[in-house]
Amino acid sequence: MARPTTEPRAVRLLLIAIALGFLALFLVVPLVMVFQQALERGLSAYLGAIREPDALAALRLTLLTAAIAVPANVLFGLAASWAVARFDFPGRSVLLTLIDLPFAISPVISGLVFVLLFGRQGWLGPWLAAHDLKIVFAVPGIVLATIFVTFPFVARELIPVMQAQGRDEEEAAVVLGASGWQIFWRVTLPNVKWGLLYGVVLCNARAMGEFGAVSVVSGHIRGLTNTLPLHVEILYNEYQFQAAFAVASLLAVLALVTLVARSVVEWRERATGREAAPEPEPPPRWLERAEP
Amino acid sequence: MSIEVRNVTKTFGSFTAVNDVSLQVPDGELVALLGPSGSGKTSLLRIIAGLERPDRGQVLFEGQDATRREAKERRVGFVFQHYALFRHMTVFENVAFGLRVRRRETRPPEAAIREKVTGLLRMVQLDWLSDRRPSQLSGGQRQRVALARALAVEPRVLLLDEPFGSLDAKVRQELRRWLRRLHDEIRLTSVFVTHDQEEALEVADRVVVMNQGRVEQIGSPEEIFDRPATPFVIQFMGNVNVFHGRVQDGKAHFGPLALDYPDHPHPEERPAAGFTRPYDLDVERSAEGGGGFWATLRHATPAGAVVRLQLEGADGALLHVEMPRDRHEALLPQLGERLYLRPRQVRVFLEPSR
Repeated sequence: MARPTTEPRAVRLLLIAIALGFLALFLVVPLVMVFQQALERGLSAYLGAIREPDALAALRLTLLTAAIAVPANVLFGLAASWAVARFDFPGRSVLLTLIDLPFAISPVISGLVFVLLFGRQGWLGPWLAAHDLKIVFAVPGIVLATIFVTFPFVARELIPVMQAQGRDEEEAAVVLGASGWQIFWRVTLPNVKWGLLYGVVLCNARAMGEFGAVSVVSGHIRGLTNTLPLHVEILYNEYQFQAAFAVASLLAVLALVTLVARSVVEWRERATGREAAPEPEPPPRWLERAEP
Repeated sequence: MSIEVRNVTKTFGSFTAVNDVSLQVPDGELVALLGPSGSGKTSLLRIIAGLERPDRGQVLFEGQDATRREAKERRVGFVFQHYALFRHMTVFENVAFGLRVRRRETRPPEAAIREKVTGLLRMVQLDWLSDRRPSQLSGGQRQRVALARALAVEPRVLLLDEPFGSLDAKVRQELRRWLRRLHDEIRLTSVFVTHDQEEALEVADRVVVMNQGRVEQIGSPEEIFDRPATPFVIQFMGNVNVFHGRVQDGKAHFGPLALDYPDHPHPEERPAAGFTRPYDLDVERSAEGGGGFWATLRHATPAGAVVRLQLEGADGALLHVEMPRDRHEALLPQLGERLYLRPRQVRVFLEPSR
């Protein structure tokens, strides 16, 4: 029997200190700074900055974008992970690679792609102009860019969960007479719900916080095409530090909510995934019955 | 309900899992599909269930072609090797699932579902666990929940894939006997897959021995064991000694051993193999009476009621013999001693000519 691995006490303390120190320096201090700067001139100034019409418009746009991007990616993520986990089809590995694409390329490039596609000089630009449709430098472009940047999150979360689960339970449901729809709602979805929720939380965090791609396609029209992160940048560039930090604190609160939701989900996942000890069996009755 | 499989073939890529298999399961019978892993038995079971489509051939239920029928329309009960219980549902809900997913017109009312499920759980003796999750049950309990769930939809056929495969030896024994008794009570046409010949012989009315996607033999347990049709069957059904030799003019010759073999009365010589079980070899000190050959004792291990001997023949081949313990005590053979082995029964099969 091997002894459980332990390191000398000093090494353990050092490692813990480094980890905590790093966390404090790069996470806690900036977070505290954000709130400190935001509240520098008191609560009324803070509330004023948030209630300012352009800030409210940015908040609305951010929420709208997330409200479209997250459900879209839930649908895409479910479909893609189901296809990848359940079937072996030509192009499966290509699909897996493509899902990771937004992780691999810079968000700015993603934004530029949309400008190249839908912009006035872009491929579809003349056609869009002829039909009086505006995508780039308007809300649709922002939504599209956000969907693109966030689409790996749900799929990436679900693929390993679905692969681990295998086909067995779904096949059992088929044999028991369930329709495809019933199998999805009663068997597949309940089994992946925590993984799905985790993916949604991450996807939502990114959708609300995305800067690069959105910045390229937005056009920075105040009150119209500014999301919260863009609005923070504008305020900061105009030396309205307190207002910038006040709006930034909204994003920070969203991030904190996300983190809490994430821990809850992880905790629930562990709680349901844990194997409980089997019940001790009472003496089997069928054995008694077997004797003449 | 009777099942018939006609010339079914199924390939996965370049691998032929089931190769032109035909078999019949009469109504009310319990049939075992027996074979080593990769012999196609599970694929065949899944084809009968409708979980897999055959490339060629037909599956008939009660004489009617069901090949193109969807799995959910076949009304089969399927018990999966690893149970495949719905992990997020209680034991009760697992068993009730097949009733709850029915269309509204055919779905029984809640009270009827409750009664039915409770009755089934009582039958598998798990009514006291109906609120538990599958993860809280032992392997044997999960297996019985899976069985109750399969029976809840009142299937016309029960299919079981390695039903006792992942249980420990004792639970396995108990469940085996229980399944046999259950079958005698409800008389539901059943097919189960196993790689354990003992299990197949003990539980089934009829055994289908499969190898490399083909059926080697179909018969009652007695037929399979006493009159194996092919060298594969005889080797798969337990430990056996093999002699290689030839047949000619109604005689089989295996080294010093000569036997009658009336099936080949021709003067042309054919290669053949002889098989004899370890307990079909008598051990003597003298060659009196003939009909045997000499071998040297190398090893002796007591194993319960018998003693297992390993001997080396004149050609260096290893021979396995099982002697009843009292016979061994009377003879007391010594290691290194030359002993005379006389087979009581040898099965001879012609080998393909080289």
